[in-house]
Amino acid sequence: MKREKPQSFNSVPIKERLTIPRQDMPEQDALLRSTNFLEVNLGFTPEQAVIEAQRCIECASPTCMDGCPVNIKIPDFIQLICKEDFVGAAEKIKEDNSLPAICGRVCPQETQCEQVCVVGKRFEPVAIGRLERFVADYAMEHGSDTTPVFQKPEPSGQKVAIVGSGPAGLAVASDLIKEGHEVTVFEALHEFGGVLVYGIPEFRLPKAILREEVANLETKGVKFIKNFIVGRTMTIQELMNDEGYDAVFLGLGAGLPRFMNIPGENLNGVYSANEFLTRSNLMRGYEFPEWDTPLYRAKHAIIVGGGNTAMDAVRTAKRLGADEASIVYRRSEEEMPARNEEIHHAKEEGVKFMNLVNPIEFIGDEQGSVVAAKCLRMELGEPDDSGRRRPIPMEGSEFVMDVDMVVIAVGNGSNPLISQTTPEIETNKWGNIVADDDGRTSMEGVFAGGDIVSGGATVILAMGAGRKSAAAISEYLKAKVGSVV
Amino acid sequence: MYKILKADFIAPNVKSFVIEAPLIAKKRQAGQFVMLRVHDKGERIPITIADSSSEEGWISIIVQGLGKTSAHMNTLEAGDHLQDLVGPLGLPTHIENWGTLVCISGGVGTAEALPIAAAGKAAGNRVISIIGARHKDLIIAENQMAELVDEVRISTDDGSAGRHGLVTDVLQDLMNEGITPDMIVAIGPLPMMAAVSNQTKEDGIPTMVSLNAIMVDGTGMCGACRATVGGKTVFVCVDGPEFDGHQVDFKELGMRQKMYKKQEAESHKCFLERQMKKLKAEQLAEGV
Repeated sequence: MKREKPQSFNSVPIKERLTIPRQDMPEQDALLRSTNFLEVNLGFTPEQAVIEAQRCIECASPTCMDGCPVNIKIPDFIQLICKEDFVGAAEKIKEDNSLPAICGRVCPQETQCEQVCVVGKRFEPVAIGRLERFVADYAMEHGSDTTPVFQKPEPSGQKVAIVGSGPAGLAVASDLIKEGHEVTVFEALHEFGGVLVYGIPEFRLPKAILREEVANLETKGVKFIKNFIVGRTMTIQELMNDEGYDAVFLGLGAGLPRFMNIPGENLNGVYSANEFLTRSNLMRGYEFPEWDTPLYRAKHAIIVGGGNTAMDAVRTAKRLGADEASIVYRRSEEEMPARNEEIHHAKEEGVKFMNLVNPIEFIGDEQGSVVAAKCLRMELGEPDDSGRRRPIPMEGSEFVMDVDMVVIAVGNGSNPLISQTTPEIETNKWGNIVADDDGRTSMEGVFAGGDIVSGGATVILAMGAGRKSAAAISEYLKAKVGSVV
Repeated sequence: MYKILKADFIAPNVKSFVIEAPLIAKKRQAGQFVMLRVHDKGERIPITIADSSSEEGWISIIVQGLGKTSAHMNTLEAGDHLQDLVGPLGLPTHIENWGTLVCISGGVGTAEALPIAAAGKAAGNRVISIIGARHKDLIIAENQMAELVDEVRISTDDGSAGRHGLVTDVLQDLMNEGITPDMIVAIGPLPMMAAVSNQTKEDGIPTMVSLNAIMVDGTGMCGACRATVGGKTVFVCVDGPEFDGHQVDFKELGMRQKMYKKQEAESHKCFLERQMKKLKAEQLAEGV
């Protein structure tokens, strides 16, 4: 079905639009920000947002929406920005994405909507992500008077338990509360947000924004319960049989960190990225001793890996006062899975990149603390299964460098808790839950999505999986009522 | 918030807490632990559950005031609240009828050994408890243990109660008397568990130890609690906390436990200074 084109509010003649340069987002000075945990990006001004929105050429068949995992109506919200109806634009996004202030910050737009933007074929693509972020922030700040009041739907009389309050769980909660279901989110930790609170640093996603999004869902009627670990505090069967939940969504997130299985990995000062970032983000170790959780402040830190998590960790190490904080990555920068923006920001902040290097051993002192890393230099060979060129050790290239902290950021396995306590839910050989495209697991009424199904991925992909599951859960609940009557 | 129903010192610097936690009380089994935070800027610490009542909806834990968080915890009294409490975590103790089960414990480990001794007895074992301490005042839960098991033996480093010596000496006495344990469970300070494991390895007596690693989330996410068991890295929070003592790399774990020694001392000092200021202010206020 062809979409109806949104009404145009763009006053700039088509021919002139391509002459407008892509607007730069103001950011904190690199030297200053490398010493604080405040947000790096400062966001567009309203004027910049309108200028950027006017760069959109209003394609007859826009491709940007297809590039978005949750199919946000991008052309529509851009026209509302041209009209300077910023709150309306935010509402338009929220029809498809309940967490725009978060996605506007952490989505890899350059490989999604912006990658397929028609303008981007010859010029720089419209800065869709920055626009999303701007209107979401604007609505948060100014929207309360003009935002339409949430109309509570007719109660369905059915209860859904959501396990995990990360991106997948929040997306499911947001969709199902609109359907009139009673929705309860269970969180094992003491704060809500999952990876958004323990994994992504304050300088990339301020926690206040997350808390506001959670509060919004609470206002709409979603119940949030913390310090509750499903599988242990109560099992899935107990939730369904004793507590009367009609359906359960498992958005457990990634699990145990992977290590490299090289000597010295259990030395003091060798962290998994999960631990290092959790100590800093969730536990506020960077404010020790004002906050109780300790965290190493290294002089020479290396972070092993090339993903966004590695960038978050290395930039955190730098902010904690490291003289030298380096990325050690076994391939070249071209193969790095991290977003360009993160790599660029890290470089600006003085992070060193040691590419084509792979550690083979960590060396400790008598107290068991890491003091050095033994590494090999690598070269790239033929492409491997991932399509990237395989790193091959160079003979005789071994070298040792002094380090007093190592963070291993090479991905996560899966949390074993559900397979330990609910064997009827099928898992694959990596321990990930097996689910179909709509999130159905092997146990009736139990759905799953996000990293626990896909393995480590992005916030928006987890939200996309959550939205698909939410639709399937709604369908399942309707059928259930039908079969009872 | 989680209400403290009872709080009593049971030995110098060692306090027993009964905490309202109906859901945890209903599910917990021997050997499991909770993660807790004392206040809103607090760290998450793991503590083994000593006892519980599902009917009355409480769990009990024993806290030795060694560092900042445990010292802070021990200033709390009945009626106060904990900021956060989650559990029960970890795999429950594997219990079966082995024949003769010897529970060896030291320090607050004795309170943590109670549920295992009780479960062992219920499974039909002859249960012998060996309790070790530096001094007789530091022995806890001796009477509760005596009610559960067939026999309790004590050792103290200074000879102030029971046998003058270590728990390993008492174990040797048992063996000399012709009592060969079919299973040993050791809970307490790391050096004690290491010494017991070392001794029983030669005799081939199965020995289970309950490891107390540093944790952050405690739910299988961060990997802080890793230890080497049988040459492989394990995560104490979800693979344990109990492991085959003969396979554990105690030296590595001992070093890992000291990872934040410096920071812990700094944090503890800050806390004590704040407490001192508070006390002085209170005194001053009373004086006026």
